[in-house]
Amino acid sequence: MTPFDATSGSHRPSPPPQDPWAQVGLALTLVAVDPAGLRGVWLRGRAGPVRDRILTALDPLAPRKLHPFMAEDALTGGLDLSATLALNTLQRHEGLLSRNGFLTLTMAERCPPDLSVRLGQALDARSGLSLVALDEAAEEGEGLPQALADRLALFLDIDVFGWSDTSDLVLDWPRIAAAQARLRSIALPSEALVQMTRLAATLAIDSLRAPWLALMAARAHLAWRGGQALTEDDLKIGVELVLAQRARALPQDAPEDTAPPPPEPPETDPDQGRERDAQEPQIPDDLLIEAAFAALPPGVLARLQAARAARTGAGGSGAGAKRKSIARGRPMPSRPGKPGSGARVDVVATLRQAAPWQAMRRAARPDAPAGRLLLMPGDIRIKRYQDRTDRVLIFVVDASGSAAVARLAEAKGAVEIMLAEAYSARDHVALVTFRGDHAELALPPTRSLVQAKRRLAGLPGGGATPLAGAMQVALDASLQARARAMSPKLAFLTDGRGNIALDGTANRAQAGEDAMRLARAIAARAIPTLVIDTSLRPKPQLSELAATMNATRIVLPRADARAMAATLGAALGG
Amino acid sequence: MTPFPFAAIVGQDEMKTAMVLTAIDPKIGGVLVFGDRGTGKSTAVRALAALLPPIQAVAGCPCNSATAEDCPDWAQVTDLALVERPTPVVDLPLGVSEDRVTGALDIERALTRGEKAFEAGLLARANRGYLYIDEVNLLEDHIVDLLLDVAQSGENVVEREGLSIRHPARFVLVGSGNPEEGELRPQLLDRFGLSVEVTSPKEIETRIEVIRRRDAYENDHATFMAQWQPEDAALRTRILAARAALGDLKTSNVVLHDVASVCLALGSDGLRGELTLLRAARALAAYEGAPDVTRDHIRRAAPMALRHRLRRDPLDDAGSTARVARQLAEVLP
Repeated sequence: MTPFDATSGSHRPSPPPQDPWAQVGLALTLVAVDPAGLRGVWLRGRAGPVRDRILTALDPLAPRKLHPFMAEDALTGGLDLSATLALNTLQRHEGLLSRNGFLTLTMAERCPPDLSVRLGQALDARSGLSLVALDEAAEEGEGLPQALADRLALFLDIDVFGWSDTSDLVLDWPRIAAAQARLRSIALPSEALVQMTRLAATLAIDSLRAPWLALMAARAHLAWRGGQALTEDDLKIGVELVLAQRARALPQDAPEDTAPPPPEPPETDPDQGRERDAQEPQIPDDLLIEAAFAALPPGVLARLQAARAARTGAGGSGAGAKRKSIARGRPMPSRPGKPGSGARVDVVATLRQAAPWQAMRRAARPDAPAGRLLLMPGDIRIKRYQDRTDRVLIFVVDASGSAAVARLAEAKGAVEIMLAEAYSARDHVALVTFRGDHAELALPPTRSLVQAKRRLAGLPGGGATPLAGAMQVALDASLQARARAMSPKLAFLTDGRGNIALDGTANRAQAGEDAMRLARAIAARAIPTLVIDTSLRPKPQLSELAATMNATRIVLPRADARAMAATLGAALGG
Repeated sequence: MTPFPFAAIVGQDEMKTAMVLTAIDPKIGGVLVFGDRGTGKSTAVRALAALLPPIQAVAGCPCNSATAEDCPDWAQVTDLALVERPTPVVDLPLGVSEDRVTGALDIERALTRGEKAFEAGLLARANRGYLYIDEVNLLEDHIVDLLLDVAQSGENVVEREGLSIRHPARFVLVGSGNPEEGELRPQLLDRFGLSVEVTSPKEIETRIEVIRRRDAYENDHATFMAQWQPEDAALRTRILAARAALGDLKTSNVVLHDVASVCLALGSDGLRGELTLLRAARALAAYEGAPDVTRDHIRRAAPMALRHRLRRDPLDDAGSTARVARQLAEVLP
């Protein structure tokens, strides 16, 4: 019945956790004991019978359901129009966030940044509110938004469980109630505070919420087992359930985690903890670190090794990319506005807006025809969609002498085909060209096919190759696009023989240096980039440059326009 | 629970200084706090409220008017008594509707009594006080536009149902956010007088102290507040003294020249940077009880007054804080 019962109450040393499923039961128990302290559970895994078992166990908490695209007034409450009109007095309905209790956030991996932040704020402001986030992330990079991941104490990865590993979970509610009563009287010993904070720092966890939440988990565990003082077992639970998942470095790494060395098994590193903690810690840190290791979810070790690369990727991608993933067909709340200019009137919202004022308006205009709704311009609500794809393809086309004229014609053709495709996909396109002593933004981001074609056709060829200048123009255009919440992508079509430096001088060495510097700047901002090498015999400079930009490089010495466009389309993700 | 005391915030000195300066001279124009999660950004802003000296306002006025004459007509204020009330610090939540920000027709009175009446919004409540936006970089564009417009004119104008309502809306913007979640438009950035960047403390002792105080705040609340509230009170007194001293503070031509050359060297946009830097340096001098503003005050105020006003330079990986420091070292040796 309650398999996790076995783990509580006893003091036997227990790394690694003997029964992972029991650990799940314990985690749920702890969050039920102290929802205000732990704030909630981050449950990663696919929907299925295993997840259902977990959610069934939480049923007695009567969680309310929340999904990522709920309307504003469902969250914060609003006017209850039908009740208001029926009773002729103001009736409001309560929002999900304005009441205490448990919320279940479904499809948490799709939670847009603004909602995650608002949920975070709600959790901060209302200690009676707790959240179970159901994260079905399938791929690397998807997942619960940081604003929530940082606040929810407990992490459970349930994809590791097969159906046969699990059994029905029934929480021991009377005992939970007793633990809740004990919770208030438990004081956290100073050594525990110190130790948990140190340990979190050793695992390179930046946020100070983490050690605090781990302490809360330890305290809840103590209350649950009904002990007198915090012991190693309690702290270990905090480490396993809270800190392990957040670890960004292994203990033997430098805390800065600049160059994570390959992780070694924990038992080869007994020294560091002892040396540092000469001031009689209550419990050896080693044991806790071991606990952290044992509790590391599968894949985390690999993640830690790749931590640095992953972090630049995630950190630099900016708002545009994130927003794009939530943009698809999402209707936005209606706004007041004027009809016409292509806007569509949201009839229902407009009627809702007008309804409460009818009595008042009728009183002001007794001559108005009976039985008709009195609408005012201010009632009109306009529909809004996030229908743009938010993508800008910035083509950087080499029109210099070294890029042979025939090749330029192919490049132009490819860009034209891409333009047509972009047009149907409602992408924006921009064009940077470079030749002679300068590069220019020949076409700022646009959806106008005609304009783009005209600019391309008029593109002259010949002259020197100011590649660095072109990269700068392209970078500026990308950053501007990002500032407008669009996702820029760069496509270079060049043979890469840059010979004009940023300052306009014909200095090949300086030109190469400038180009590398810009390549690093482009990489640092994680702008997805594609380099099409159009030279007959590909040179190492360009491949080096492409590598520095983290770009995909495609060699197309003899491609015709259609093949080039197909390649571009595939490489840029369709 | 009473908010966390300002004085008990561990470390984060630049953020605390910036907030104290804006409390001394609200004309500096607010603070933007950008930084990592879990660094106590919003805790600090909420704590700031306790430091602000109270204001005199007409008791019945929805927009905190200072005198009976200032009360807008539509408010039909009946209670004209002057009362002392805490400086308003109003939260502007994300996802707020335009109606709630600007005010709208009072739906209850329209329904129950068939009257047209205006229900004041957040802008009215924030008049003569502070408007706080947590996660300001996620605010919807149309709300940002609205704020920029009102902040520019100092007046909120609403036209609804044949009513034309206007009222003063002068407020200091305070914002906080996490840069990973989106950038801020330069126009909005410019509205903030000062900006600071916060990071998680690196020293282990500092981190431990943070956790200790949090524990004391949550689990031994009364004792903790009894310990720290006097410190907050002392800080408030000091802010009041600095306010009084501000008028007598001398600013030499050399100092004015310094301010201009720093801004010139950094190429900060517009005159707002210069004015803010000067005001911030003066407030800093007043806070420290100095008789006049010195180059040192400018040097210390410059990063927070200027770092968000620089033109973006994609090639400079150092970040704006380092750029300000570099120029300061050159211009003000």
